[in-house]
Amino acid sequence: MSDVTIIGAGVAGLWAARSCLARGLRPRLIDRTGAPGPHGCSWWAGGMLAPECEGALAEPLIVAHGRKAAALWRQVTELHEQGTLVLAPERDRAELDRFAARTEGHVTCDPDAITALEPDLGGRHRRGLFFTDEAHLDPRQALADLVEALATSGVTVETGMAEPSGLDGPVIDCRGLAARRDLAGLRGVRGEMIVLRTDEITLTRPIRLLHPRHPLYVVPRAGGRFMLGATQIETGARGGVTARSALELLSAAYALDPRFAEAEILEMGADLRPAFADNVPRVVRRGRILHLNGLFRHGFLMAPALAEQAAEFLSTGKTGDLFHED
Amino acid sequence: MRDFYGVTLQTPMMLGTARYPSPATMEAAFRSSGASVATVSLRREQGAGQAFWDMVRGLGVHLLPNTAGCHSAREAITTAQMAREYFRTDWIKLEVIGHADTLQPDPFGLLEAAEALCADGFKVFPYTTEDQVLAARLVEAGCRVLMPWGAPIGSGMGLNNIHGLRTLRAAFPDVAMVIDAGLGLPSHAARAMEMGFDAVLLNTAVAEADDPAAMARAFALGAQAGALAAASGPMGVRDMAAPSTPLIGKAWL
Repeated sequence: MSDVTIIGAGVAGLWAARSCLARGLRPRLIDRTGAPGPHGCSWWAGGMLAPECEGALAEPLIVAHGRKAAALWRQVTELHEQGTLVLAPERDRAELDRFAARTEGHVTCDPDAITALEPDLGGRHRRGLFFTDEAHLDPRQALADLVEALATSGVTVETGMAEPSGLDGPVIDCRGLAARRDLAGLRGVRGEMIVLRTDEITLTRPIRLLHPRHPLYVVPRAGGRFMLGATQIETGARGGVTARSALELLSAAYALDPRFAEAEILEMGADLRPAFADNVPRVVRRGRILHLNGLFRHGFLMAPALAEQAAEFLSTGKTGDLFHED
Repeated sequence: MRDFYGVTLQTPMMLGTARYPSPATMEAAFRSSGASVATVSLRREQGAGQAFWDMVRGLGVHLLPNTAGCHSAREAITTAQMAREYFRTDWIKLEVIGHADTLQPDPFGLLEAAEALCADGFKVFPYTTEDQVLAARLVEAGCRVLMPWGAPIGSGMGLNNIHGLRTLRAAFPDVAMVIDAGLGLPSHAARAMEMGFDAVLLNTAVAEADDPAAMARAFALGAQAGALAAASGPMGVRDMAAPSTPLIGKAWL
């Protein structure tokens, strides 16, 4: 017998199940395709827990909650707490100054400091910003670890179609864009990524390359793999990575380190991020249904906070600052 | 206020819709500035930007679709036709980019596309340089509005060639002209309007400000001040000081 039904087993749904369990609520977890995989946009995420860097463009609410994300993820999966290094091509150094002015928690790096942090990038970049307290994880591993942790508590992902209206009792709807019909103003923002493999380059932490046209991040993964991301295009178009986006992502990687030119392309992927007009994730309350949605580019950063607020509401009736009234 | 293909705009400010932190920020910038025209790009959204375009439509301002990202006349013409169908307007901001680094217009492709689109009934707003010969050919092709650049797109440098822009303005007193691209500060907008241009179009300077809504308002005030100055008959510049109170008769101590 379950106390709450959660629909959608992406990063939001899995965290919702975890937070409910922590409060003594027994969740039932349903996903139309089953365990996490390429069908959900969590699969394509970068896995950076970088609240300070995101703060350059995101609302303060995201920075505030994002700062607590690493401590929560540490209980679930292997977390790499090595910070973030932000660089800019030499002629775009003004971008670094702007970025520094808009963010907190960084120190300025001279060429020696860059070499000390990332020896492979030494000599190639003159100035950077080091965000000391940020972290990253492997999103697919993290999703698998969440599933495993739930399984040890007896919660498994059921494969099946479910609509909130067809279920009894409290429901947490974490379907992402599939819930679009129920949530006015929810839109898809296309993101594209590429995974490369090379043994020639070793990076310890995510690198962000600022560029007026083609900003890029590179996240190191195990086994010489690197995730390049991500485009952000205001369209609901699905389908594979476009040639233009691939050119832009690969050129930016080449600008970061020309040895990426010889890397093997393992994977290219594209999906739509669900987002509301302010690009801030929300808990939307509709009677016995709670929608956790609009995680935009902050899925791994914001899912723990969103899930916690939903679980808290179900157990105490208290609404948090991510609650949004229609 | 001059008309743009028969439309009189409430304010001399046009605003782009790209690069904002979120659509909500974009909406705030339009509200605070009272911008009367929104430019919107079709190319990259590949006909599926529905949700975002609905938000742009919801701003309740004139829509000016553009052909941003087109590098040939043919590409621009196709994009313009798609835009007309989708946004139900015959206005088109015609961009044919000639140089990937400076995003400078390709004058030859621009003229070719302008001729074809004007003949097809479009109301063309060509993004052009301050070149007078090109301007004459565009007007000849049927353009009733010109959009000379201030500086390269997104550079924030302001008005790079004051002399060229002044000459252009003087050469076509009856053509509506919008300074498009390169504006970084409200003073640039004021300057453009003081010089007798009819409107300014900007995007990056607002979208990438720390507070886009406040910056949009600052630009609107700058443009308004410049327009008021142009209409008020600015004084001429003199070499010699001209005291506002006579010196003769003052006691020498």
